[in-house]
Amino acid sequence: MSALHVNGRDHTVDADPGTPILWALRDALGMTGTKFGCGAALCGACTVHMDGQAIRSCITPIAAAEGKKITTIEAVTGGNDRVGAAVHAAWVKHDVAQCGYCQSGQIMSATAFLQSLPKGKQPSTDEIDSAMAGNICRCGTYARIRAAVADAAKTLA
Amino acid sequence: MLPNIDYNDLPRALQRLMAQPATDDADAAATLPRRSFLKMAGAGGLVLGAFPHLAMAQADGPAKAGGALKPTQQPSAFVQIAPNGEVTVTINRLEFGQGVQTGLPMILAEELDADWALVRSRSGTNDAAYADPLFGMHLTGGSNSIKNSYTQYRELGARARAMLLSAAAQRWKVDVATLRTQAGAVIGPGGRKAGYGELAEAAMALPVPETVTLKSPKDFRIIGRPTTRLDARAKSSGRQDFGIDVKQPGQLTAVVAHPPVFGARLASVDDSAARAVKGVKAVLRIPLDRGAEGVAVVADGYWPAKLGRDALKLQWNTEAVEKVDSDKQLAQYRELAGRPGNRKFDADMAPLAGAPHKLEAEFVFPYLAHAPMEPENCTVKLSDGRAELWVGTQSADLDGQAAARTLKLDPAQVKVNVQMAGGGFGRRFVGSSDFVVEACEIAKAARTAGLKDAPVRLLWSREDDIKGGYYRPMHLHRARIGFDARGKILAWDHVIVGQSITAGTVFAGSMVKDGIDATAVEGMRDPYPVPMRLTVHHPQVNVPVLWWRSVGSTHTAFVMETLIDEIARTTKQDPVAYRMSLFGDKHPRHRAALQLAVDKSGYGKKKLAEGRAWGVAVHESFESVVAYVVEASVKDGQPVLHRVTSGVHCNLAVNPRSVEAQVQGAAVMGLSTCLQGSAITLKDGVVQQGNFGDFSVARITQVPEFDVHIVPSADAPKGMGEPGLPPLAPAFANAVARLTGKPLRQLPFDLASA
Repeated sequence: MSALHVNGRDHTVDADPGTPILWALRDALGMTGTKFGCGAALCGACTVHMDGQAIRSCITPIAAAEGKKITTIEAVTGGNDRVGAAVHAAWVKHDVAQCGYCQSGQIMSATAFLQSLPKGKQPSTDEIDSAMAGNICRCGTYARIRAAVADAAKTLA
Repeated sequence: MLPNIDYNDLPRALQRLMAQPATDDADAAATLPRRSFLKMAGAGGLVLGAFPHLAMAQADGPAKAGGALKPTQQPSAFVQIAPNGEVTVTINRLEFGQGVQTGLPMILAEELDADWALVRSRSGTNDAAYADPLFGMHLTGGSNSIKNSYTQYRELGARARAMLLSAAAQRWKVDVATLRTQAGAVIGPGGRKAGYGELAEAAMALPVPETVTLKSPKDFRIIGRPTTRLDARAKSSGRQDFGIDVKQPGQLTAVVAHPPVFGARLASVDDSAARAVKGVKAVLRIPLDRGAEGVAVVADGYWPAKLGRDALKLQWNTEAVEKVDSDKQLAQYRELAGRPGNRKFDADMAPLAGAPHKLEAEFVFPYLAHAPMEPENCTVKLSDGRAELWVGTQSADLDGQAAARTLKLDPAQVKVNVQMAGGGFGRRFVGSSDFVVEACEIAKAARTAGLKDAPVRLLWSREDDIKGGYYRPMHLHRARIGFDARGKILAWDHVIVGQSITAGTVFAGSMVKDGIDATAVEGMRDPYPVPMRLTVHHPQVNVPVLWWRSVGSTHTAFVMETLIDEIARTTKQDPVAYRMSLFGDKHPRHRAALQLAVDKSGYGKKKLAEGRAWGVAVHESFESVVAYVVEASVKDGQPVLHRVTSGVHCNLAVNPRSVEAQVQGAAVMGLSTCLQGSAITLKDGVVQQGNFGDFSVARITQVPEFDVHIVPSADAPKGMGEPGLPPLAPAFANAVARLTGKPLRQLPFDLASA
């Protein structure tokens, strides 16, 4: 049994402490918004926040989350997160998703990035690109991801 | 995916394989579970109204007329209208990013005169109703979805509308001619108005009209309007479920140890450590694709199953299978290229000898993995005499048939629930149904092992996907071209060496003619008036190959468009003007697409930034034409793509937003093929790549600025899932060649060896 704090709630997960957070979320807690893409921190589909930082849940064991707060796509776009709501709205407005499979991870990376910016700061295209470089989209939605992140930054300014 | 073939050419073998009742047999429809539609719950939990199936509606009536509607023409299987007016449209295709989940409902809603705000969408099954109306089988491929279902979905919408009108006429006791429809309501004389939701139940009881009149395109108000995807919100919040997210009660997860060499078998298995892993329920030796064997570890989640697989001690017997080595393979292909082969085109090659200009070129293309973001998975639930599958498949029919054979069931006892898929690009349409059969083998073995009735989800890791075969085949091209000082091509002698995608599959009958696989040569020669002799070799190699987004055009477009450009450079002609002169007064769609890209890009007018060059390419695939005008540079020895302007001719664009996304996405996938690390190679039979670290795909930092422009047209739409891919790499290569003076002749680009 391992403890995991997810989206403001404490959970007890029947899994070995070495189990990646991704599989605790998906298989034990039934929270499938976080996706499995590579299992090796190479594609970003599994991105969640740990104490506000974007991490790859596919290689981060439950044990590493002890005493920390995990936030997933379900909470970030659930309406109560100001930055997450702006990102979600920009994603819909720009019709970013195609297959959509990577987009949870994209949104989690974008949200962590925008949360890390000083208030009122508008990121450059290069800054957006480097913040999003760890997230692969095989459908190639990158041009709209770029536009949506810039747009969300504007609404937050 | 399935290339441009006449549906009349579909192989008899395939037709036989499709043991489901023929779709043009109206009797077959009566056996389908139409009643289930009446009880299905909608998104809001409401019981939805459904239109009656013809066979049911006429059950007590006269014998079926000769012109009886096919299952694919029955509104009952496609349209449901809830009492609150919500219209749910079932799509007969896999949605895997291309946007049919929105495009097909748009087409139906147009003729239904629905209120678009109330239109929803959902995926279908292997029910005969959801077969491609032209191919007669379930198929998402060949960029065919919108093209082949355009008239079908218009007629479905028009039939449903006619039934709603009749229901209103009966209710109000007026002549139906006095009624009209508007945005989800029937409007009658004297200000009478009834929403579709109020009329649906009565409409259900009415006969389905066989013939309907369709709108004139000038009256369209939904088709042609840039429309946000119906799944945009769900896909921007983690709420969209995919095949991987299916969870049936008691479900277990299986991970499989696949052989290191394709087709290899097990020499010994020590599973004692695997069985000791907490959560592991069973370790099963199973037969795999291509006569191979593997070991499945079934557990109560992916992680314990994966740990179990890691703990297996396996020895493989690879003696009986060919162990491919990419370097040796290239040498073999070069040797083969010099031999006589099968002829696709023939022409007089005598002018080659005396041609003022001669060009000799060799091109090499590697194996490529599809690498969809959602790894392959399939969930199977067995019960007595039945099987139910949940899988993101490009052919529910093919996979359902394969499941039935594996499970020794009648095809009618297998239900395939098509799931939203995280990409596919051809990988979910495999003649052998490889991973679906694998899932069924596991479910069967698990049942025998005592895990009775537990649904089993097979889930591949990324390594399973990258190493799992079914690649775009490796190809070698050789060209010898003779032309004069004005660029007139006098003779072009061309050889292609590469595995046949369809040989040995159910598709061979229609696709392989005179020893030549149509998917290997599509995109060659045309539209250019070239006296070409084209020789083709299809070696047999122990590497499974498959259609990969835009199929043959992934290599033929590169070869044709870079060589045409090189002839223009050699004869000091503008590459756009040269192409236009070759088109002459033919190929108006090519001309229009290229001209639009030229005009919008500022080509020939705008001064480029220092160090940049223009690159141009235009190519038709799947009946649509895409032209790119790009700006590129070379930085630190690496080519950089800065800007892409595209001109697209796909006839009517049903959803221009979707076309734009498809062009951008296909271009990014084409860009991936140019980048270092975008190749699958083998050594001693073993695939050398395993994940996104060594099989590279484009990232946001490599992606250029984009503009997509569509040539206006009211002609019936063609497909756009693939045509944006082929011209990207040659346009990029042509720009780089202008900067370096050296043509690029392999993918991925290698400037050092160019």
